[in-house]
Amino acid sequence: MIKALMARWKQGYRTMEFPSAGLMLPPRGLGLPKLKPGRLEKAAAACPYGALTAGEKPGLDMGRCIFCGACANAAPEAVEFTREYKLCASGRGALVITDEDFRRAESLGAGLRRLFGRSFKLRQVSAGGCAACEADCNVLQTIGWDLGRFGVQFAASPRHADGLLVTGPVTKNMELALRKTYAAMSSPKVVIACGACAISGGPYAGHEECAGIPPEIPVDLYIPGCPPHPLTILDGILRLIGRVE
Amino acid sequence: MKVEHLSGFDFGAAELDPSIFFETAASRLASGGRALAYFALPEGEAHRLVMAVGFDREGRIEVYSTQAYGPFRALTPSFPQLHLFEREIFEQAGLKPEGHPWLKPIRFNTPGAVPGVADYFTVHGSQVHEVAVGPVHAGVIEPGHFRFQCHGERVFHLEIMLGYQHRGLEKKFIGGPDGRSLHYAETLAGDTTIGHGWAYCGAVEALSGVNVPPRAQILRGIMLELERLANHTGDLGALAGDVAYLPAASFCGRLRGDFLNMTALVCGSRFGRNMLRPGGVNFDLDAALIHELKLRLENTFRDVQSAVSLLWETGSVADRFEDTGVVSKEAAEGLGLVGPVARASGVGLDTRRNFSSGPYEGFTLGVSGSGDVYSRAYVRWLEIQKSAELIAGWLDALPAGPVEAECGCLKADSAAVSLVEGWRGQICHFALTGPGGKFRHYKIVDPSFHNWQGLALALRNGEISDFPLCNKSFNLSYCGRDL
Ligand code: SF4
Repeated sequence: MIKALMARWKQGYRTMEFPSAGLMLPPRGLGLPKLKPGRLEKAAAACPYGALTAGEKPGLDMGRCIFCGACANAAPEAVEFTREYKLCASGRGALVITDEDFRRAESLGAGLRRLFGRSFKLRQVSAGGCAACEADCNVLQTIGWDLGRFGVQFAASPRHADGLLVTGPVTKNMELALRKTYAAMSSPKVVIACGACAISGGPYAGHEECAGIPPEIPVDLYIPGCPPHPLTILDGILRLIGRVE
Repeated sequence: MKVEHLSGFDFGAAELDPSIFFETAASRLASGGRALAYFALPEGEAHRLVMAVGFDREGRIEVYSTQAYGPFRALTPSFPQLHLFEREIFEQAGLKPEGHPWLKPIRFNTPGAVPGVADYFTVHGSQVHEVAVGPVHAGVIEPGHFRFQCHGERVFHLEIMLGYQHRGLEKKFIGGPDGRSLHYAETLAGDTTIGHGWAYCGAVEALSGVNVPPRAQILRGIMLELERLANHTGDLGALAGDVAYLPAASFCGRLRGDFLNMTALVCGSRFGRNMLRPGGVNFDLDAALIHELKLRLENTFRDVQSAVSLLWETGSVADRFEDTGVVSKEAAEGLGLVGPVARASGVGLDTRRNFSSGPYEGFTLGVSGSGDVYSRAYVRWLEIQKSAELIAGWLDALPAGPVEAECGCLKADSAAVSLVEGWRGQICHFALTGPGGKFRHYKIVDPSFHNWQGLALALRNGEISDFPLCNKSFNLSYCGRDL
């Protein structure tokens, strides 16, 4: 017992402040992209996922991007990745980065905010990805991040959940389980698509084995990344319930 | 034919007459060989069965192949380690292994197959009952379906049905390498990005004949060992959590993140994405980064030591860990288990030693155990110490020079077997090229492919309440197995 107490003392208090000024992705990390329009052809040709469009309406679709950096390596004069981690959006279209300002995720309406703002329980369904998104959701539950202090927790049953957080491209083999989980949740309920796979299929877009999130399950929050950094996930969830502006 | 790990070879020379093929395979497996891969290669209307066998003691690989037009002789009755390979051949190519005890689907990807709906092993009798869980579980984890066949609290057998994560990866390599191939490898199992990424790069490098510069090899070693440190530390924390020993659980959960952040310091991604490229690596370390990494490694390792030592000194932890989920050495060898799980049962296989190359020349690590949860935990602690020592040594003596070499076209009609000791165990990528030097077939064997059956064995005669603990002590990948 005394050893456990000594270890506790040595390990110290390790929960990070959030949000706090100056928080950024690591120096080599790839965050919010910045485009320099008009010279995107070379960068677009380098993207293996068609996430970059040159021409009339240039844009980088963060929903399809797996943040591999191939475009910025091929044409550093056209695309730049900043260390900004606030990447979440409320609409699918808002994930497309153009030369206009990026519109960050908005919070739920006042009614839902009153319901979920102080206590928000999430059921996570893992549906065909590589399990890195799951790992970065799990990390939010460790003492370093302490998701619980914001009143947000992962619930063991859909019956106890206010929100559904989906990861993976939704394989055909998981489609039914996802539908059943959603149906088992009581209304009102919100849906979060976490990671490039859940948003667009990610690296598996177009695979015949993948079905995607069915249209009957409407998404309220998009968290881009492959996988998204825990900072990005936390920021998105807290924005959704109106805990950060 | 004999093959060297990590060098391309002429595949045509591996062909044998069918009867000789099965005799050879059986005699080699009986004399200490272990199947690294066994699959059906499409050839026009027909198929060719290909088997790669590893001889761990000599660090040698042999490859045999034979034409197959229909049913073939199952070797599973004599060599249980082949059970999943033969089922996979049946599911993927429709060739029936005659005499296989049970051709239960693996990935439920054939027309009409419904995931989780298949014949499964059942136990009958009064007071026998069945508990079903999944595919959606209570925690934030991957999907799988489990059925416990029980008598009271006692588990006679655990039926495991997976396939929910199947997203059609292997066939997407065919026609490559292209801009996506490496990403497929990196996302085979997200927590093994470096392991699978390296196995892929190794195969491409072997087929193109490029030599990876020494500095790049060491940088890869650093990343692979960081991956091992993060996952082993996380596993020890999760094991502590499952026996309700919260101090070690919460310390290790945080420390795992510290290792991931060290990985991110090198390449920007906590999982090592974008670090590797065929021919070398994308990121180098300068003096300042080396200094920072050394400092972080020292501090984090010290904290891990203090957190993990609590486990061994706490009676209630030892009481739950000891004698729970025992897998005997015979069973581990028979099933072809790999990685820390096998080492905890006393099987001396470690790719870093048995098939050592690059930065692992001269690698040694003696491990043995009694096959219970305690051994599987303790082996991880031994490996954590070794990985920290390796990284510290490499950071002190990083060779100068470039970190990448130009990787040219792949040799036509060739093959390569690439092995890497990922944190879960041996990873095998078997790449074959066609006449144009493009992938004609690509076979992936994740360590979990071998090890899931080990978990079922560990549960035999245990209690349902032992399941979370046994499961964590294996911590297998669903996506790596389902592909
Ligand atoms: S970083 Fe995104 S947009 Fe750029 S090449 Fe990779 S996937 Fe395409």
